Amino acid sequence: MHSFGYRLNGLLTFAVTILALMCVIASLSDNLNIPSPSAEIQIMNINWFQKQPKGSDEVSLRMNISADLQSLFTWNTKQVFIFVAAEYETRKNSLNQVSLWDAIIPAKERAKFWIRSSNKYRFVDHGKNLRGKEFNLTLHWHVMPKTGKMFADKIVMSGYSLPEEYI
Amino acid sequence: MDWQGQKLAEQIMQIMLLVFAVTAFVAGYVLGSFQMMVLVYAGGVTLTGLITIPNWPFFNRHPLNWLDPSEAEKHPKPQVTVISKKKGSKK
Repeated sequence: MHSFGYRLNGLLTFAVTILALMCVIASLSDNLNIPSPSAEIQIMNINWFQKQPKGSDEVSLRMNISADLQSLFTWNTKQVFIFVAAEYETRKNSLNQVSLWDAIIPAKERAKFWIRSSNKYRFVDHGKNLRGKEFNLTLHWHVMPKTGKMFADKIVMSGYSLPEEYI
Repeated sequence: MDWQGQKLAEQIMQIMLLVFAVTAFVAGYVLGSFQMMVLVYAGGVTLTGLITIPNWPFFNRHPLNWLDPSEAEKHPKPQVTVISKKKGSKK
């Protein structure tokens, strides 16, 4: 430590190493948080339900999404990314997932909300399997940290179904 | 800085950084603010730098006793006599 440069280098490297350790501990502290989120989705209306010219079924629906995701936020949370997916089974595939809507929640205050919206992304099938189909609507969320591990989880809501004939 | 001063500077630096790191983390966690942790830590690093990096006088309390120049003249450096043993050369 015999010169200005040596001491400066020593200080900076030690400071950055300790900062990395602090970030690791901050990420580990996220595990202490036990979230208790809740969500509800109602299908208000089926706008239309058509067969596309190329042959695939497509449906447009209007949803009322309400959720309370405030317990997901910790001091180490940057934002929460949520999306709603429709999940159903066909003869060809045991699981089909179609993302209908998503949003980014930047702060805890905005995590308790309701929104009425038609699907942001097209609900299209691979084929003509949607008539009378029963499906689940699942709200997925990804808790994105400021530093460290990202947590992802979901709530499955079942009991939705599409009309028997095209509208 | 003298040797004792260098050791002192290194010790002060390590201890101060660790103390500020713990303080910053606790402050950030209790207040629920990541930004607070980073700000307290950055302030701590700067303060530690101001105390340990420049050559303050209190780091030089055990100065080394270099030999006085007039003393050195009284004891001239011994001359090294070179005995060359090259083949085929006569001096």
